[in-house]
Amino acid sequence: MENLGVFFALAGAVCSALMSGIGSAIGVGKAGQAAAGVVTDDPSKFSKVLILQLLPGTQGIYGLLIAFITLTQIGVMGGSSDISFAKGLLYFAACMPMAWVGLFSAVQQANAAISSISLVNKKPDQFGKSMIFPAMVETYAILALLVSILSIFGIASLNI
Amino acid sequence: MADNGYIYAVARIRSQELHLLNAQFLESLVSSGSEEAALKMLAEKGWGSEGQNAEEILTGEEQKIWDLIGELVKDLSVFDVFRYENDYHNLKAAIKEACTAGTHPGIYMKGGTIDPSLLETAMAERSFEDIPQEMRAPAEEAMDVLLKTRDGQLCDCIIDRAALTEIRKAGKASKSDLLGLYGELVCATGDIKTAVRGSRTGKDKSFLLEALAPCSTLDVTRLAEAASDSSEALNAYIAATSYSDALDELKKSLSAFECWCDNLLIEKIRPQLHNSFGLDPLAAFILARRMEIKSVRIILTGLRNDMPGNVIRERVRETYV
Repeated sequence: MENLGVFFALAGAVCSALMSGIGSAIGVGKAGQAAAGVVTDDPSKFSKVLILQLLPGTQGIYGLLIAFITLTQIGVMGGSSDISFAKGLLYFAACMPMAWVGLFSAVQQANAAISSISLVNKKPDQFGKSMIFPAMVETYAILALLVSILSIFGIASLNI
Repeated sequence: MADNGYIYAVARIRSQELHLLNAQFLESLVSSGSEEAALKMLAEKGWGSEGQNAEEILTGEEQKIWDLIGELVKDLSVFDVFRYENDYHNLKAAIKEACTAGTHPGIYMKGGTIDPSLLETAMAERSFEDIPQEMRAPAEEAMDVLLKTRDGQLCDCIIDRAALTEIRKAGKASKSDLLGLYGELVCATGDIKTAVRGSRTGKDKSFLLEALAPCSTLDVTRLAEAASDSSEALNAYIAATSYSDALDELKKSLSAFECWCDNLLIEKIRPQLHNSFGLDPLAAFILARRMEIKSVRIILTGLRNDMPGNVIRERVRETYV
């Protein structure tokens, strides 16, 4: 039972990187298909569609960040890994916002990015506006990132 | 297939949509004054190559649609709903050729799901088991009717009914809203055309019931009753259906009604311009290209025959973009 604390904390870190990474991989892959379709007929639009393709990739980075902070806090990357069971569960819970929101927001952001790629394809001068639509989805990934970061740092100061 | 399967294809189609002809360009073609001038304008848009006549250019454009779609979609059978029309036309031609002396080159259409030579051989040898199952019964019945009665019209009606039934069935089976709608529209408008022709030529109810294909938006029994009764009864029935807007066009002529049907289809597929996922934008593009080719054919034919501009304009279909 003593080691379960660190186990749950580690599981939370892994879930954060894993689920956000899966979401980003799906999202970037889908947007990449649309981008390739555009570039096939008009290679001059490469740079514009590349930016839109990369937008769903940020969730994977956020997930990695949360995983890294958690690993540092629980001593897996050095220092003491003496984590109580309750604290381990709290770390696990703290990682969940980034894990779940990262997964779903990346997929939904990809759908918005694909539609924006269609927009840029037909009206390249509307690139600025087309960026806004998928970027709006990013808001929720950032909110989840903030909640996870604040929670993880908050747990460290708890005496349980 | 899941929506994700067509992301690349839809992006390619979005690029191709930029090259579709718009209403303004079609108006310029009508105003060009001669077929030569119109062909020159089309050549600037990449239609055809030097030395090709109008029909070769249009056939080439039709082939381009399927070349592109074949490049984008691995399994073309999802678009069989668009190709059955040619199959059944070829079946009709094969039956008539088998029942008359000699061969008639140029009566078969390309772009179907079945090789026309297979239909030709099967009908010539009366080997109905060599053709797809859905075609066997109508082919056998139509050939029997043609051999016994020499009634080419009834033969056509039997095959047309089978074609409409198959198109509607394929549309429903596709699980695509747009293809389902296409199948239903083709079937219903085909039935209305048959009923109007039947009414004008005084066909009885039993003939019309044989000729009309069942569909969801029309009650074919009531349509047959109304058509066999009088043109007023037929108009009254159509006025009570979702095709009531077509009544004015029907009163003008059947070609005006056909134009209305095509414009309705374009109106129904237009929302696909803003859809980035799934099969429907591809289906809409195929229909849009076919419709613009039809419009160009109408314009070129009109110009060739020195038809007045306003007469040509009446027949030109609406454009997708």
